Amino acid sequence: MGATGLDLLGMYRCMVRIRTFEEHILTEWRAGEVPGEVHLYSGEEAVAAGVIANLRVDDYVVSTHRGHGHVLAKGGDPARMMAEVFGRTGGYCRGKGGTMHMADATLGILGTNGIVGASLPIATGVGLYCQYMATDRVSVCFFGDGASNRGTFHESLDLASIWKLPVIYVCENNYYGMATSVEEHMNINDIAERAASYGIPGVVVDGNDVVAVHDAAAEAIIRARSGGGTTLIECKTWRHHGHFTADPAYYRDPDVHNEHLQRDPIIRCGALLLSQGLATKEALDAVHNEAIAEMNAAVEFSKNSPWPEEDELLVGLYAE
Amino acid sequence: MESKMMTFQAAAAEGVAQEMRRDPTVYCAGEEVSAHGQAYGVSGQGVFEEFGEKRVRNTPIIETAIVGHAVGAAAVGLRPVVELMFMDFLGICMDELANQAAKMHYMFAGQYKAPMVLRVSSGAVRPAGAHHSQSLEAWAAHVPGLKIVAPSTAADAKGLMITSIRDDNPVVFIEHRALLSVEGEVPAGDYTVPLGKARVTREGSDVTLVAWSAMVPTCLEAAGELAAEGIDAEVIDLRSLIPLDKEAILSSVAKTGKLVIAHEATRTNGFGAEIAAMVADEGFDLLKSPIRRVTAPDIPVPCSPALLKHFVPNAQKIRAAVITIS
Repeated sequence: MGATGLDLLGMYRCMVRIRTFEEHILTEWRAGEVPGEVHLYSGEEAVAAGVIANLRVDDYVVSTHRGHGHVLAKGGDPARMMAEVFGRTGGYCRGKGGTMHMADATLGILGTNGIVGASLPIATGVGLYCQYMATDRVSVCFFGDGASNRGTFHESLDLASIWKLPVIYVCENNYYGMATSVEEHMNINDIAERAASYGIPGVVVDGNDVVAVHDAAAEAIIRARSGGGTTLIECKTWRHHGHFTADPAYYRDPDVHNEHLQRDPIIRCGALLLSQGLATKEALDAVHNEAIAEMNAAVEFSKNSPWPEEDELLVGLYAE
Repeated sequence: MESKMMTFQAAAAEGVAQEMRRDPTVYCAGEEVSAHGQAYGVSGQGVFEEFGEKRVRNTPIIETAIVGHAVGAAAVGLRPVVELMFMDFLGICMDELANQAAKMHYMFAGQYKAPMVLRVSSGAVRPAGAHHSQSLEAWAAHVPGLKIVAPSTAADAKGLMITSIRDDNPVVFIEHRALLSVEGEVPAGDYTVPLGKARVTREGSDVTLVAWSAMVPTCLEAAGELAAEGIDAEVIDLRSLIPLDKEAILSSVAKTGKLVIAHEATRTNGFGAEIAAMVADEGFDLLKSPIRRVTAPDIPVPCSPALLKHFVPNAQKIRAAVITIS
């Protein structure tokens, strides 16, 4: 890791807020307060934080079923996010979307998404908009290792590459598509190799190293803004929890899991901040305490937010 | 109003071109929309020459991304008019249409919308076999959030196209291949036809024939035969299935007491079943006889012309259905 000229503490804060948000959800889910299942982002925070640190408010993000980290990093309000997960009217979508359909149009967040691989064509079209309107805005598409096997991956990268669209496809390879390991679901080592099929740059980074993610994304985003087209970035990372809240992830070798936990992106970033004299232990503690207070408030807000009434049910099918 | 004779195909293309001139965010994309090949020419001669490759965009053979990219582009501010060369290819892009485009406005509580037109060519016209002949409007009709437009005349092809492009919701725009070369008077200029407003194509008092797309002229042919036998049929062209002009259907049935629905799609769960159920629910007391449906049988579309001619409903079958309730 080298950290010159970076807002490393800002990325650290972003990761801690994401982790704290997710762990609060898990606590509430275990207490029976969360309707339905949630796909937690804990462990993968360096990807959202490192990539999105390079974005402006007018850039776009298209997210996944495991998308809370992307929304928070892009500036999403944790109270409205949490209330959406809780199914309340205070949520981003008044409870109609839930964890997998959470959007903020004012921040260029085109939603988390319930379909694995659905983010890719949508982000491609968003990239077309950025190019068509002669802007220097970019479209960032998050998806997982499992989604990279889908036809949407191939069709989207094909289209973006021939149209030279400003789309950065960011693969979060957490080594499992649900409970199926990458060894079982693909015959290559690096998903980034697939970029060769489209004649675009493909980069592998340590997805638990926020600086490495940041730097790889910075290069791709600068290229995209200046008309240089599409990039595929593969971030190798690790899911701390199962595929979803109720999944104990028995299919993972505990030793391998523990090894990965040693590479926790937040711990690594904290150590870097201390070793480079960029922050004190007290400052890092303050980041954690602020995040806990913020997410406590988000949970409180959500629990106090009214459930939607029946008269809300039929509202808004069509745009008028 | 000034008008001129033109084909259905040219009229639809004129609608697209006029909207492209009016609104720079409207663009076309699809397989061979700009090039030499262009199987059905639905984007129209001259459109590429006028607007160029930025706004008339050739794509690879990637129906998933053709529709999927349009959802993203529409969500952030463009108005895509994208094409499937055959409606049979809907299965390749159904997630993008049904889960993404159709649901976006509701599930995001109005934060995003998907103003896009998906043009699809339908129908068993030439012997093309089971993958290039279907009428799949019922697939789309089962997905809340879509609108479905199926014009039968050249004028409607233009007027409904303009309205569909201006609509802020995803519209499936069905162009039956048997209609593409049919000519009609088409109003010039900014001509729009509202969605959800059926037209009484032929007034009659004895039986109501409800149809859309290419079954409208077939019903008119049947009505002509029935007139010779002293049966005065009213023909209603729905023009759009979603939104559905229930009032037009019910008020006609109130007059005739008899309803025959004709569609080229297969029978079970075809859109005719929905119309029959709606009339049974809301107009049961108006009916003097059972509702009849004239449809294709529940089989894949056969290729041989010797079989195909029995597959597609014709005027004789519609006439025969009317006779059973006359």
